[in-house]
Amino acid sequence: MSIENISKQLPFIIPEITLVFGAMVAVLIGAFAGKKSYRAVNYFAILVLLAAGFASVKHSIETPTLLFNGSLVIDNFGSFAKFIISAVSAGALLLSIDYLEDRNIQKPEYPVLTLLAVVGMFVMVSAHDLLAIYMGVELQSLALYVLAAYARDSQKSSEAGLKYFVLGALSSGILLYGASLIYGFTGTINFQKIASLSANANVGVIFGMVFVMSGIAFKMSAAPFHMWTPDVYEGSPTPSTAFFATAPKMAATILLARFCFEAFGPAIAKWQQIVSIMAILSMFIGAFFALQQTNIKRLLAYSSIANMGYALVAIAAGPVFGPSALLMFVSIYALSGVGMFAVVLSLRSEDGRKIESIPSLAGISRKHPMIAIAFTMFLFSVMGIPPLAGFWGKFEVIKSVWNGSHLYLAIALILASVVSAFYYLRIIKTVWFDEPKMEFAGGLAATSISVKGTAILFALLMPFIGLLYTATLVAGNMFK
Amino acid sequence: MFGLPMLSTILWLPTIGAILILLISGLNKDAQKAAASARIIALITTFVTFLISVKLVMDFDHTSAAMQFKESIPWYGNINYALGVDGISVLFVLLTTFLMPLCVIASWKSVEKRVVEYFVAFLVLETVMLGVFSATDMVFFYVLFEAGLIPMYLIIGIWGGKNRFYAAYKFFLYTLLGSLFMLIAVAYMVLKAGTSDILALQAFHFTKDAQIYLWLAFFASFAVKMPMWPVHTWLPDAHVEAPTAGSVILAGILLKMGGYGFIRFSLPMFPLASLHFQPLIFTMSVIAVIYTSLVAFRQTDIKKLIAYSSVAHMGFVTLGIFAFNGAGLQGAMFQMLSHGFIASALFLCVGVIYDRMHTREIASYGGLVNRMPIYAAVFMLFTLGNVGLPGTSGFVGEVLTMQGTFLQSRIFAIFAASGVILSAAYMLTLYRKTVFGPLVNPKLADIQDMDLREFLVFLPLIIGTVLLGFKPQLILDFTNVSVMHLVDNLQTMMK
Repeated sequence: MSIENISKQLPFIIPEITLVFGAMVAVLIGAFAGKKSYRAVNYFAILVLLAAGFASVKHSIETPTLLFNGSLVIDNFGSFAKFIISAVSAGALLLSIDYLEDRNIQKPEYPVLTLLAVVGMFVMVSAHDLLAIYMGVELQSLALYVLAAYARDSQKSSEAGLKYFVLGALSSGILLYGASLIYGFTGTINFQKIASLSANANVGVIFGMVFVMSGIAFKMSAAPFHMWTPDVYEGSPTPSTAFFATAPKMAATILLARFCFEAFGPAIAKWQQIVSIMAILSMFIGAFFALQQTNIKRLLAYSSIANMGYALVAIAAGPVFGPSALLMFVSIYALSGVGMFAVVLSLRSEDGRKIESIPSLAGISRKHPMIAIAFTMFLFSVMGIPPLAGFWGKFEVIKSVWNGSHLYLAIALILASVVSAFYYLRIIKTVWFDEPKMEFAGGLAATSISVKGTAILFALLMPFIGLLYTATLVAGNMFK
Repeated sequence: MFGLPMLSTILWLPTIGAILILLISGLNKDAQKAAASARIIALITTFVTFLISVKLVMDFDHTSAAMQFKESIPWYGNINYALGVDGISVLFVLLTTFLMPLCVIASWKSVEKRVVEYFVAFLVLETVMLGVFSATDMVFFYVLFEAGLIPMYLIIGIWGGKNRFYAAYKFFLYTLLGSLFMLIAVAYMVLKAGTSDILALQAFHFTKDAQIYLWLAFFASFAVKMPMWPVHTWLPDAHVEAPTAGSVILAGILLKMGGYGFIRFSLPMFPLASLHFQPLIFTMSVIAVIYTSLVAFRQTDIKKLIAYSSVAHMGFVTLGIFAFNGAGLQGAMFQMLSHGFIASALFLCVGVIYDRMHTREIASYGGLVNRMPIYAAVFMLFTLGNVGLPGTSGFVGEVLTMQGTFLQSRIFAIFAASGVILSAAYMLTLYRKTVFGPLVNPKLADIQDMDLREFLVFLPLIIGTVLLGFKPQLILDFTNVSVMHLVDNLQTMMK
């Protein structure tokens, strides 16, 4: 279904409009009231995010609706992703409030940039032509570059921002080059029209497809385009990392799925092998490189690379079986990612230093049992141990692969899972088994209630997340 | 039971106890008092759970092979929270609830650090184990089967011995790899059959090729759990490092999940593949019986010796299961339950002297009979039970499984029988070295005999072992109808 009348189109993009207006209002408040409005702007932005999230799932749409000459598509698949994206972004923003104040870099720009990045992600998940892809990706990325370099006084943060920017710009260029190739060879930027031509696409179109996929893969940090991830994760302020690791990942995977399923649906044989190779590489690089890490943020960076590999497995399963498994897996990944970073943020030594190395977590179970239990639940969940949420995500992915009959991907997935289980277990060992180190004995202070609360709230979600299944099933049926 | 579904009550009562312990310790600032209340709550909940499961067994109709006490609630997609017991599972439920209070009493004094967390982990583990034996939905079964890794990892890792990290990792990663292969098979079966109900899946016919791959995937998981040679190497490490009660749970219940899995899944769901792989299983079992017995003979650590003897005894179980006849299966069931008593008691025996001397080296003991006559008598009984002396429960299981094996293959039965002799050799040597002889080690000079609390732990096990030795019908009557039903189905499916 496609709507021509512009005034009838607007109601479909209420979530995006909410976010943009929210960002503008937040800028104004920040500009006039200055630093002291920091908290108010943050709370306002969180409310805007939640409102946009609820607005996007308020109506379930039976048939996908094309807007603005087919450049955006509104369907349940995207709406569900938008809901999760706004929920995790709100969570990540909540985590940032105290952290930035502690480091004395609290400015109202932070929530504004977050809102703008989320607008970009909304455009990404709804993109239905090549221009919309580029617009969404760039809007999101530009905001994220600034968030990475947000701690201006810190060398590492500036370095992270610069690295992210240079490599991100390169990948955007690749994406744009791919888009121009596709346009040059097919004469259209619209997904539907590309799809009708892609069944017997010539080599130029395929090249374009590969370039666009590489650009998106960079944004979702799938191997072999993952190099920037550990450095940026480590250098950025931790709340920014929490944000990078969750919402943009979800947006990028959904975008890749849409690009493969909708623009190149008939050319499935062409992209399926590329996605499979990226999936296997990401799973194993993520699993093996994480073994050597002692910094939690770097470790979580590799863990997110591995998880993107699992998500790619669901995409490789094809448009019929993949989407619902993908939504389920990525939503669970994003939700538990925010929770895991909340745990990391909730700990610091009493003299205010942040805790980033794994050995310094030794024995936190003595002093902060609730935090330790929450952390343990997240770790067992990403490991994929039932009855926690991560298990259901992996179970759905394995099921989707069986349907698409790519058994080798399922076997690669479980082998990578066992390797990753080792380093997650090592963290659990540090938290529970090791004796507290002298310098930290009693020196670990939990921070504010809001951060601790976020950690525990998301941990409590873990056993009940099977409920998502029905929603993802409905939302994932779009491509059948 | 007061309008509550009985199986769910049994299943969740321990978890409720765990939550209660957490709440009380949260309110109670005094660590000593919190620990004391944790012990008492754990004892009460496990004991009440045991009483309810006794009622369950008494209400159980053992003339029917059907699932009884069925419950089913839609849970997730087409997966149900479905419970039920038949003749095969009901006694495992009873065994679990029977051993748990004993574990609580056995850890009463020996666990001193983090008492609250210890009992919480144990009670959660009880729920998980009971769920494994009473689930009638395959995915629900899988969830619990793997969820047991979490509390067990923590129990070994926090309260274990010196080398506990290594043992905990090894236990976790070994079993995880095995179960993940099973997960792939589970996903396939759910998709193919469109249901995850175990009874429906048992009636579903997979093609022979599919059966072979599925059988192998399930085998990867159950063989590790069981454990069968050559994937048994995690067990001695885990046993040695685990605290006494942890070893009891491992040997008494967790190992039985593998055998239970074979009987519940591999045999009825993939009968053709089971027949196809019978020689493989027989070979592996016989190697397990002979090889691990020889290995046990060379051990210097008491717990390691008993752990290897467990592997050998599990070899009889797999022989019996894959004999596909009534005697073999009945024997396997009996052997698993009897091993639940005897191996648990042996680990408790080690615990008694370990609590006093803090060493498990055989060489540092000797002449215990002089100072500990009651202990020597109790240890003697279970040593003989482990050897399979007539009059103890160990005898019945071994005879039945060997009878079943003999009907299938004489040569394997003969090899397996030699394992009985070997088990007498290593068990009696162990007994002689630790209990008899002069008191050489000066540290043993003022060792005390068992006190009343310790004796009370052993009393039910002694009664059980002897009673089942003289009256095996107590168990066989329960399992008979279900086992025969299974055998009949197998015979018809194999034709």
